[in-house]
Amino acid sequence: MKFGVVVFPGTWSDRDCGWVIDQVLGQELTYLWHKDPDLKGCDCVILPGGFAYGDYLRTGAIARFAPVMEKIGEFADRGGLVWGICNGFQVLCEAGLLPGALIRNASLEFRCEWTHLSVERTDIAFTSQCEEREVLRVPIAHGEGSYFADPATLSRLEQRGQVVFRYCDENGRIVPGANPNGSLHNIAGIVNARGNVLGMMPHPERCSEEELGGTDGRKLFRSVAESALKVLVS
Amino acid sequence: MIRARVIVTPKPVVNDPQGLTVKQGLATLGFREVTEVRVGKYIEVNLEGSSEHEARERVEAMCRQLLANHVIEDFRFDIEPEHKRR
Repeated sequence: MKFGVVVFPGTWSDRDCGWVIDQVLGQELTYLWHKDPDLKGCDCVILPGGFAYGDYLRTGAIARFAPVMEKIGEFADRGGLVWGICNGFQVLCEAGLLPGALIRNASLEFRCEWTHLSVERTDIAFTSQCEEREVLRVPIAHGEGSYFADPATLSRLEQRGQVVFRYCDENGRIVPGANPNGSLHNIAGIVNARGNVLGMMPHPERCSEEELGGTDGRKLFRSVAESALKVLVS
Repeated sequence: MIRARVIVTPKPVVNDPQGLTVKQGLATLGFREVTEVRVGKYIEVNLEGSSEHEARERVEAMCRQLLANHVIEDFRFDIEPEHKRR
């Protein structure tokens, strides 16, 4: 399994993702510079956290013009796995690869803390190693992570089961008090209709080793790696 | 030279915590008549050309493609023809 981690000017979680991929999981890793004209044969492309192009105008608004983004769009159309984390989720929404938008946290604060996520879908590559309704403990770090979509889009997402993660309490209850940013329906992560493009605000790469206080994030990376293995075997 | 003055605002249905916070600040200062505050963006765009009609079409396209995000924002603009270069 070859992972590609995209680096825009202003990206800051690229090395954290890279570390988990090659040091923790022993998978093949390459970094994709925003000007790269091809994806170097990657099976999964990760858009990591940070502030791509300084988040000028709006979060993710300028990153979508990077040459590498055109290739990522084509890759997603072919069914390739694309995974946006934090700023990467914002970029995917601006690029139109995922519906909706991420706006300023309801509290106006930059929230940097542990959250609990209820896993709502386990039939996609990104969560294949998780149990249905499993509770993952994953940290967030963002100022603009409040998920918004118009009512029609939101009900379409719900009907098609495109909500993958919801903020919940430690017992898995999806309650307003567990929502750190005001996201509609406690949404922390969504997938496209085809199931190959995932966007999520929490940072699984920051909880993939015991030293960091948790390993639940590793499950998601392992899910992607194992899903590729399944395809090879079948 | 033509100057476009673009104003981008959060859609009425979008929660605007910045606006709410500014409203609270104004109330603290005694401006209790304030019923709502919405915080948006002001963008100035200077364009080559002299046709106001054409400039309108171009700026409209700029707003749709980049300056505003139609999911969360509305935009409006006015055109100042024969703007003198500073």
